[in-house]
Amino acid sequence: MSAPAVRRPEPKRPEPAAELSATERRAEKARGRIGVGLIVPGFVYLLLFFAAPVFVLLAMSLYAKPPGAETGVFVPAFEISNYAVALSQYWEPLVRSFLFAGIATVLALLIGYTMAYLVAVRLRQHKLLASILLVILIAPFFSSFVLRTQAWKQILADEGFVVEALRFVAILPEDGRLTATSIAVVAGLTYNFLPFMTLPIYASLERLDTRLLEAAGDLYASPMTAFRRVTLPLSMPGVFAGTLLTFIPASGDYINAAILGNNRDTSMIGQVIDSRFFQIVDYPMAAALSTVLMVVILILVMLYIRKFGTKELF
Amino acid sequence: MSTEATTTAATDQQDGGAVVPGASGGADLVIEHVSKRFAAFTAVDDLSLTIPSGSFFALLGPSGCGKSTTLRMVAGLEQPSEGRLRIGDEDVTDLPSHRRPVNTVFQSYALFPHMSVLDNVAFGLKQRKVRDAVARAKEALELVELGHLAGRRPAQLSGGQQQRVALARAVVNKPQVLLLDEPLGALDMKLRRQMQVELKQIQTELGLTFVHVTHDQEEAMTMADVVAVMNEGRIEQMGAPRELYELPRTAFVANFLGKSNLMHGTVVGREGDYLLVEAAGGVQRLRTDRAVAHDGAVVLGVRPEKMRIFTSGEETVPAGHNRLDGTIIDASFTGVSTEYLVDVPGVGTVGTFTQNMGQATGRAGDPAVMCWDPDFTFGLAGDDDVAAGAAERDA
Amino acid sequence: MGLKQRMGRWLVPVIGGLAFVYLLVPIAYIFVFSFNDAARTNLTWQGFTLANWKNPCGAPNICDALGNSLSVAFVATIIATVLGTAIALGLARYKFRFRKLADILIILPLATPEVVLGASLLAQFLNLGWELGYWTVVLSHVTFCMAFVVVTVRARVSALDGRLEEAAGDLYASPRTTFWKVTFPLLLPGVVAAALLSFAMSFDDFIIANFNSGSFDTFPKFIYVAATRGIPAQANVIGSGIFLIALAIVVIGTVVSYRRQKALAAR
Ligand SMILES: Nc1ncnc2c1ncn2[C@@H]1O[C@H](COP(=O)(O)OP(=O)(O)OP(=O)(O)O)[C@@H](O)[C@H]1O
Ligand SMILES: [Mg+2]
Repeated sequence: MSAPAVRRPEPKRPEPAAELSATERRAEKARGRIGVGLIVPGFVYLLLFFAAPVFVLLAMSLYAKPPGAETGVFVPAFEISNYAVALSQYWEPLVRSFLFAGIATVLALLIGYTMAYLVAVRLRQHKLLASILLVILIAPFFSSFVLRTQAWKQILADEGFVVEALRFVAILPEDGRLTATSIAVVAGLTYNFLPFMTLPIYASLERLDTRLLEAAGDLYASPMTAFRRVTLPLSMPGVFAGTLLTFIPASGDYINAAILGNNRDTSMIGQVIDSRFFQIVDYPMAAALSTVLMVVILILVMLYIRKFGTKELF
Repeated sequence: MSTEATTTAATDQQDGGAVVPGASGGADLVIEHVSKRFAAFTAVDDLSLTIPSGSFFALLGPSGCGKSTTLRMVAGLEQPSEGRLRIGDEDVTDLPSHRRPVNTVFQSYALFPHMSVLDNVAFGLKQRKVRDAVARAKEALELVELGHLAGRRPAQLSGGQQQRVALARAVVNKPQVLLLDEPLGALDMKLRRQMQVELKQIQTELGLTFVHVTHDQEEAMTMADVVAVMNEGRIEQMGAPRELYELPRTAFVANFLGKSNLMHGTVVGREGDYLLVEAAGGVQRLRTDRAVAHDGAVVLGVRPEKMRIFTSGEETVPAGHNRLDGTIIDASFTGVSTEYLVDVPGVGTVGTFTQNMGQATGRAGDPAVMCWDPDFTFGLAGDDDVAAGAAERDA
Repeated sequence: MGLKQRMGRWLVPVIGGLAFVYLLVPIAYIFVFSFNDAARTNLTWQGFTLANWKNPCGAPNICDALGNSLSVAFVATIIATVLGTAIALGLARYKFRFRKLADILIILPLATPEVVLGASLLAQFLNLGWELGYWTVVLSHVTFCMAFVVVTVRARVSALDGRLEEAAGDLYASPRTTFWKVTFPLLLPGVVAAALLSFAMSFDDFIIANFNSGSFDTFPKFIYVAATRGIPAQANVIGSGIFLIALAIVVIGTVVSYRRQKALAAR
């Protein structure tokens, strides 16, 4: 083999935007087809059973009740005033929903982070104990949500020993109670959505390379600083996912409010929507409230993503 | 199909027992005017090569020059934007990767983590429905001395062991062309040398065509029959390692493959087989057949070890030798030798060394005379960039 | 070690431990009260009995509701897992137009609270004039679970080393074989996790089912309705039973993989 002397290449001229060769195009196209083929069925499903329903809901929120019509009869209209009524009449449960959900999210974050950290970092060497605790973490998924909430109601009941004990140490006044209070509702929300907070955080902490902490220690960081500068930032995707997965369902939940609260000053927006739909049969009002709830959540989520968002989340 | 031919050949070898060293089980690989563009960026630029059957071919070049892209196109993992690829007599440009008689040892090994070592090695054979796939996979594992680890998962192997599994997994298929993308990159120096020997042995035993990508020039030179130096998507020069080293044709090759002293000059005449070139304040001689350009501006080059350096002022430059005069900038004694950096007016810094024969060493600031046999001079194009490739070599 | 540091060392285990107790309290309560000798209103402790465990279907309709829930969860999980896995693969691996839009459409259900999802599906079913029952619950649950499947599986797909698939192709495996022999086995843990999550979410859902089930009863709905009159102890039996079965599966799984790892290491 002779050595063909190749002149130095001239400096690269700027190429025009690449046209693909036939082979390249064929490969691209085949891949594109597979990709589209994979998502089309699910996509169609979501159009039919998510996008379309949401659209119907939006439309329904503008329906009007013709004068003198029976209960539950509405006609398509463009009744913007439904929203004014919804907001003026139900701003209280709406605000309360976000407040309760917000407090529950913060509490769940504190508790959930501690649990996830315990299992994923502190007990990393103790495989068996860690996996038992992990089972307990996912256990609530396997025993009914409603049943557990009901159990809380009975545990916290006025004649129950928890209330007796709290009264005894005078944390609660003699006639104080736990059920039918805001505290019980928030505690229930915190409890019920705790796994949604803990598991994503666990997933991101479990991937954490503990050698990084040793490295931080080696570089004179105290354990607290190492946590703040290394562990916490690396677990942010989990925290981010966990807070969203807790806050969103908690703000729409009404089982906790219905079972652990009372009807006067703990009711949440979900309860109102449910009763508008089923007891009062006022579909436009229920739809308008649902729309408001969804819009507010989307705005909050968007603000949150903009402020703290990591790309890799979804 | 040609794959079947290889399979039969392989069976014969096993039945017959003896393996003929150097027997060709491979096929020529022909790359014709192949280019690959990613959007507006050209990764491989009009590349043409013929790699003869049974040879050990090394593709050498700095990071990002398009070596992997070239291999990936040969393997069918990337489609060329232009040009054709042939293996033996078959045009494989439009064949998907699983129909090409080519196997790859990936830089990252890419072992299947959910399969045992043995299943990894048997994978290709099973896909081609070879009868005694498992038995052959075992033999291949023996070949790389890993028979005892057949039942393990890849995650339970050391880096070097994984590398050998990756090799066995590719070699067991007796492909016409075996592509190796920096397969030794992750190994430490000792294991690397050992694997180089083993690889070379396997290649000679099986007679396959190996295309080996590396940016370790020593590795390329010791292992390959033919080395191609690639830069910015093009082949700068290719040939036998010695040929490439002794007679680089571009400044990039001169600097990237070993070191060179390069200087600008102008052809002022001819004398027999030699061109007379005015450079560094004197007339240097350059053999006409070692020059890329024969008139006007040229770049002269000489390898540091071809030069002698006189620092005492007593020695005389042999008649007919080329000569440079300068001042020592730095002299470092390394035991076996002393390395000098010498400032030569009109040229810049020239590097050379002397073997330690007990002579006195020069010191910084001393005048020095350097000379060499004009037959070692090589001539490059006058507009070549004398610094090209130096930074990439040291990277 | 200073006091502060020693406190720091113990703070996490103590608080974490208490949190685990907090998680377990109602589950333990449910378990204990499954042995309560109270026929219908299982509110105060009346004495120990095994009768409830011997006859878990003793309360009227309870096992029908349970069967309904299991059936809905099973069917919805299969549909959601298949569709969601396909979407996850499609979105993570391939480029096409409208990808961003598809991304948003697929994630949006996650940002929609269950009441809103339930209400809008109800509006849609009313609009279409469909009768509420088994299938409307299944369809709603598929929507609800699919986004979780997509997120779970997609994380797995992005973590997958694409070079493994290239290696399979290089070793003569056709794209189809590559998928079934390499891609799918590597995704399987993620797919299984997604399916389990779907199953649990569907089985446990009250709100969406409440909107879209009409007179069709699911297990959570049964309990919610029963709660107003007192929940039968059989509900506790079933709740505890499911928990114990799940616990057993997880423990066995852990032990088996632990053993296998040991065996492999010993080889
Ligand atoms: N899929 C791609 N899209 C865009 N650019 C790419 C792609 N693959 C490679 N490139 C670019 O093409 C050039 C050549 O890449 P290639 O991987 O072939 O380099 P290489 O010679 O193998 O380098 P190394 O020694 O570092 O492995 C690089 O500049 C790289 O950034
Ligand atoms: Mg490369």
